[in-house]
Amino acid sequence: MSEHKGSMNRVYGWLLLLPAMVFLTAFTYYPMVSTFFVSLFSDGTATRPSVFVGLENYQFLLEDDIFWKVLVNNLWYAAGTIPTSIAIALMMAIWVNNRLPARGLVRMAYFTPTVLPMIAVANIWLFFYTPEIGLFDQIGSVFGFPSQNWLGDPELVLGSIIVMTVWKEAGFFMIFYLAALQSLSPELEEAAHLEGASRWYIFRRITFPLLMPTTLFVTINAVINSVKMVDHLFILTKGGPDNASSLLLYYIFEVAFSFLDEAYASALTVVLLVVLAIVAVGQFTLMDKRIHYR
Amino acid sequence: MSMARQTTLFNRIEIAAAWALAFLWVMPLLYALWAGFHAPEYATRFDLFAPLTLENFATVWEQAPFGRYFFNTFILVTSILVMQFILCTLAAYAFARYEFRGREVAFALVLLQLMIMPEVLIVENYSTMSKLGLVDTIAAIGLPYMASAFGIFLLRQTFKTIPKELEEAARLEGCGPMMILWKVYVPLARPTYLAYGLVSISYHWNNFLWPLIITNSVETRPLTVGLAIFGAPESGVDWSIISAATLLAVAPLLVAFILFQRQFVQSFMHAGIK
Repeated sequence: MSEHKGSMNRVYGWLLLLPAMVFLTAFTYYPMVSTFFVSLFSDGTATRPSVFVGLENYQFLLEDDIFWKVLVNNLWYAAGTIPTSIAIALMMAIWVNNRLPARGLVRMAYFTPTVLPMIAVANIWLFFYTPEIGLFDQIGSVFGFPSQNWLGDPELVLGSIIVMTVWKEAGFFMIFYLAALQSLSPELEEAAHLEGASRWYIFRRITFPLLMPTTLFVTINAVINSVKMVDHLFILTKGGPDNASSLLLYYIFEVAFSFLDEAYASALTVVLLVVLAIVAVGQFTLMDKRIHYR
Repeated sequence: MSMARQTTLFNRIEIAAAWALAFLWVMPLLYALWAGFHAPEYATRFDLFAPLTLENFATVWEQAPFGRYFFNTFILVTSILVMQFILCTLAAYAFARYEFRGREVAFALVLLQLMIMPEVLIVENYSTMSKLGLVDTIAAIGLPYMASAFGIFLLRQTFKTIPKELEEAARLEGCGPMMILWKVYVPLARPTYLAYGLVSISYHWNNFLWPLIITNSVETRPLTVGLAIFGAPESGVDWSIISAATLLAVAPLLVAFILFQRQFVQSFMHAGIK
């Protein structure tokens, strides 16, 4: 018998699926659809019920300077975190995969940020970034650098946020590279070595191309993270100064739960969903399907 | 000869760099340990002979209901894990071993949640919870995460590798479908459950945004939210106290991680390869 067939089994298959589907419908599919509908109505109050306004919320969105600022910030945040964390992750994986004294300890050190809550480590980083007494300024002063207001200066704040995010993510991505490196056959590298190829050449022409599926997988993860990792903003900056470090999801949170404008928050959420849809389409066209989803 | 010397020099630089990076990566934790176990006057002054103290932890424990927060997080993480195991096991079994109309479409729909995670749908999920009267309950924190695409996918991949002959043998012994799932599939997928369990526990122990939104009382708040409120700059506590609170909040997971380091890393790897 190959697979369960027949009408009885067909019903059984759906029955097994039903509980998960109920939850997914209630908390993923339904909200996706209703977000779109809510975004077409005005925000109702006790005295003024919500009415259909068509694309008015989106018109407002196009004219909202904060929205554009936050969107651009998010692009910089993605551009700053994705390549850097992936490059560091790859470097870490290669180091930890080689013979290295105290390898276990080093691997544990790299991985530690992954098991720590963002919100908790943000407390520590807040201290690191404090002007004058903070760690960065204390180290800087040894080398004669002036004190910086890392989180208060609009020019520096997004960079400071990016540095912390890279620290948090890199060790997590390292794991995927490490797993991939361990599955590569060592003969390839040995053969290349015997041919007199340099390490850099071996990496560039053999290892890196073979790691491509992992790189794509990690990139998708990094893109998703650049959309949803906003926890540290609550501790470090609250999006400030003057929205210089605010990101799209954080802005949605503010609009929905501080300014209590559900309709506009829904329009912003639709933008976020569209961004993720583009990423998803990109993933399926880019990614060799047999590698991760078969 | 010169070639070999070059390599060793290069290797030494590389080893030093790897260690330096490792040191940078644990810096925040080392600092938290320093500040947490020393009196406030040493928070920004590093003196090897500074006396150790547990005073900060005592203060934290007095000033905020961390015991309650621990309890809430524990209930939250366990209930999510149990529900995830049940829902994902059933769905994964259906996808791996049953043929039914619409299976491919249903599977694609499930995978959608890998991309559109509950974090993105906070606005609508909040209004759903308030319609259900569940705002400010621990159940509301967990509900959006209980059916997990990641878990379904991971278990489906594992179930597919289990030989069908084993199922056939169990059937001949008179086992029904649920019995087969329980007796054959679940035990053989134990490493996957362990891997997924560890990933899930660390994710939900550390989760912040949705719990922050949906809770507003001590009775429901998990550790992360409690810690954020406690450490907010406007509450004016000093670095030593915040470090102690931070250490308290991360301690259980961190200790577990250090003890079962190999398990953790291997589990994340296992979950990553699929």
